[in-house]
Amino acid sequence: MIRNVTKKIYIALIFIFLYAPIVTLIVLSFNASKTRAKWGGFTFKWYQSLFENEAILQALWNTLSIALLSALIATLIGTIACISMQAMKKRNRALLMSITNIPMLNAEIVTGISLMLLFISLGIKFGFMTILLAHITFNIPYVILSVMPRMKQLNPSTYEAALDLGASHLQAFFKVVFPDILPGILSGFLMAFTMSLDDFIITHFTKGPGIDTLSTKIYTEVKKGIKPEMYALSTIIFVAVLILLILVNCTPKADKKKQPK
Amino acid sequence: MNRKLLSAPFIFWSTLFIIVPLCMVFYYGLTDKSGAFSLENIAAIATPEHSKALWEALKLSFISTIICLLLAYPLAMILANLNVNQNSFIVLIFVLPMWMNFLLRTLAWQTLLEKTGVINSILNALNLPTLNIINTPTAIVLGMVYNFLPFMVLPLYNVLVKIDKNVINAARDLGANGFQTFCKIIFPLSLPGMFSGITMVFVPALTTFVISKILGGSKILLIGNVIEQEFTQTGNWHLGSGLSIVLMLFIILNMVISTVTDKEGEVNTL
Amino acid sequence: MKKIIAMLLCGALSVAALTGCGASENTESDAHNGDEATVKVGDNGEVYVYNWGEYIDPETITMFEEETGIKVIYDEYDTNETMYPKVQVGSSVYDVICPSDYMVAKMMENDLLQELNFDNLPNAKANIGAQYYEQAAEFDPNNSYFVPYCWGTVGILYDKTQVDEPVTSWSILWDEKYADNILMQDSVRDAFMVALKLNGCSMNTLDEAQLQVAKQSLIDQKPIVQAYVVDQVRDKMIGGEAILGVIYSGEAIYTQRENPNLEYVIPEEGTNVWIDGWVIPKNAQNVANAEKFIDFMCRADIALMNFDYITYSTPNDAARELIEDEEIKNSNIAFPDLSQYKNLETFSYLGEEGDELYNSLWKEVMSY
Repeated sequence: MIRNVTKKIYIALIFIFLYAPIVTLIVLSFNASKTRAKWGGFTFKWYQSLFENEAILQALWNTLSIALLSALIATLIGTIACISMQAMKKRNRALLMSITNIPMLNAEIVTGISLMLLFISLGIKFGFMTILLAHITFNIPYVILSVMPRMKQLNPSTYEAALDLGASHLQAFFKVVFPDILPGILSGFLMAFTMSLDDFIITHFTKGPGIDTLSTKIYTEVKKGIKPEMYALSTIIFVAVLILLILVNCTPKADKKKQPK
Repeated sequence: MNRKLLSAPFIFWSTLFIIVPLCMVFYYGLTDKSGAFSLENIAAIATPEHSKALWEALKLSFISTIICLLLAYPLAMILANLNVNQNSFIVLIFVLPMWMNFLLRTLAWQTLLEKTGVINSILNALNLPTLNIINTPTAIVLGMVYNFLPFMVLPLYNVLVKIDKNVINAARDLGANGFQTFCKIIFPLSLPGMFSGITMVFVPALTTFVISKILGGSKILLIGNVIEQEFTQTGNWHLGSGLSIVLMLFIILNMVISTVTDKEGEVNTL
Repeated sequence: MKKIIAMLLCGALSVAALTGCGASENTESDAHNGDEATVKVGDNGEVYVYNWGEYIDPETITMFEEETGIKVIYDEYDTNETMYPKVQVGSSVYDVICPSDYMVAKMMENDLLQELNFDNLPNAKANIGAQYYEQAAEFDPNNSYFVPYCWGTVGILYDKTQVDEPVTSWSILWDEKYADNILMQDSVRDAFMVALKLNGCSMNTLDEAQLQVAKQSLIDQKPIVQAYVVDQVRDKMIGGEAILGVIYSGEAIYTQRENPNLEYVIPEEGTNVWIDGWVIPKNAQNVANAEKFIDFMCRADIALMNFDYITYSTPNDAARELIEDEEIKNSNIAFPDLSQYKNLETFSYLGEEGDELYNSLWKEVMSY
């Protein structure tokens, strides 16, 4: 009994620790005073001005489009790489896997500056493109790491059986292999998307004039005084994610049971 | 059709965007301004200001990793033992803060901890002594723990939830008490998750430059700040690259220590 | 594993929702771009501007875009030092930049700037006071690279209600009474300026011994400094987070407006008189647009708008004439009579070795 209470208290404490800053942000989004230090009354005006603030909306759009594009391209390259790695000798595969691990294990700051040095020496103009290339680079490993285990679970004879039954390679792949690795691909895509969405450090080193993601925008604002519209935006994002979480959790659990671990 | 050819895009991509850039860091780190080979940028770590920055970073990230581990282990155990029906939701609740922008979360801590901040206003109203940790190493550790705690919880949770309940029950049946079961069964089985958690917390904490800027008031210089400044302000790429190489040595060291027990050598985040 | 996938799935859904709203927004901005395409003027119809944070009234940019049809791509930096490497490397190409005096000299020395054609800058010729061009001649001898935008001093901003003694000297920033209530500038030249002036030295000194003394002063001061910040001084002082702060004179009016308890002083040991202005880098792609932008910013009404918004002293005499509030027009903070102060100096470029010396000493301070 006491154990259970202790457990609950412990969870509650961690919960407070994790959510205190988020509650603060939400409260600040309704603060009429422009500075964080003073409470100037309740207001909705920041939500209103958020949708008139082109710079923030543009940064949101950049963030989302870079996250989406980089996750898509990374998923494509990563999945294809997994398919081919499956056919490789063990040693080659291990070598490729360790290369894959580099951007995941290396410090983000080193990845960021190394890419910056590369783009400078190649003479690429910094901008949307350089951010996108950098994001694809650090996203590929997440895709490979989530597709590869699925690949390993595959029974190669099903693919061969499909070929024996007259399917072309492509058909066999899409009818037999693809459905089995799809969950891995999806989770890889989503991880890549999330990582890209939250990245600051690598974007900081590879961004060019006039292009900001939400992270870099916030960073410049942190230094000169953050705009309350940012709090409003993060509140909206948070609430949206929360609602979707609840919705997904309330959906019937039947299909979950079908999928044995 | 040769399936191996399909890896061409990936090999091309990783060569161009992973291998070549790293070689460039090594090139800059091992040459001086005239382009001649030189170890002075690596040796620069020995100067008092750089070794101090490295030492501070190692110290703070080590403390943060330990705190994360101590906080996350009981949490992961509690979560792993929850009733299956509710635990997915509860785990989500603990991961949800990660969806807020990392900089905003850190900035929110500044608002909370400031002298005139939220916590102190509450303490003042209650006539309690105020809390003065903003712009100190404590605040930086707090920011690191806050930001990287989920990276420790997730891998731990994943290994703990996979432990077969029958193994634990068997141990109990054979007369082990709770503590013995933990030491002999649960803890050893959770080691891989623990080590990947340690890496996932230690590396970003060691190399951060943002948290020390926002919560440390730039009063504490970490090695990440030095490297960032060399690239974005001083413009000395050679020195910045040299220090990055030193930083990578520490990351590799950490990985070697972590993977000694984890034979697969793969960081399993899932 | 399954749980994490579930989490990610939830994420995906929310993301779908977000992308949905992002997409609709995009079509809007596309339509907007379409409008602009029809009124494209000049080289590319664009001008890339790199300016200090919070250093322009955004309304003036909109007006410029509407009047000329040129799209402004606007970026901000927080110190001269962060701006320089980006421009020097050439990875980021800008058309108009707003550096300070010594940085202009550095950029000129490294051949990063191009000469301005003042025939295309009639407002810059007519409206900017002659004395400001004279001041700029210190680093731009022929007045051929630089159009003054703002100028001012550096001083101490303090909270009247918390400080009883008269604030006259930089030494108050070393007073333990105010421990943990002092904000210093997080930029190498500004921080050293304070310490050098405190010790009675020139802020452009290259004398190793003097710099060591200044470094030691900064190290001694560090334990009582609350934080090293740049633009955040403003918010922190308004919020009452600190009692004393080193700040640019232009912020004084703004902060007083928000918090009347704040007072700005120029210490008697002297300070930095700085001047920021527009330059066009050598690699600029849209020179004609850049000229239009600079000239637009020199228009009296626009300069007045910017003055009202950012409250930094304007060298634009025509704009000053337009200020209706007599108090501000003759304000000693906005338009100080510099002859009453002693030991005023302007930063000069110290050469590559000088920069390295300052940087390494500053690093020692920061890591102490």
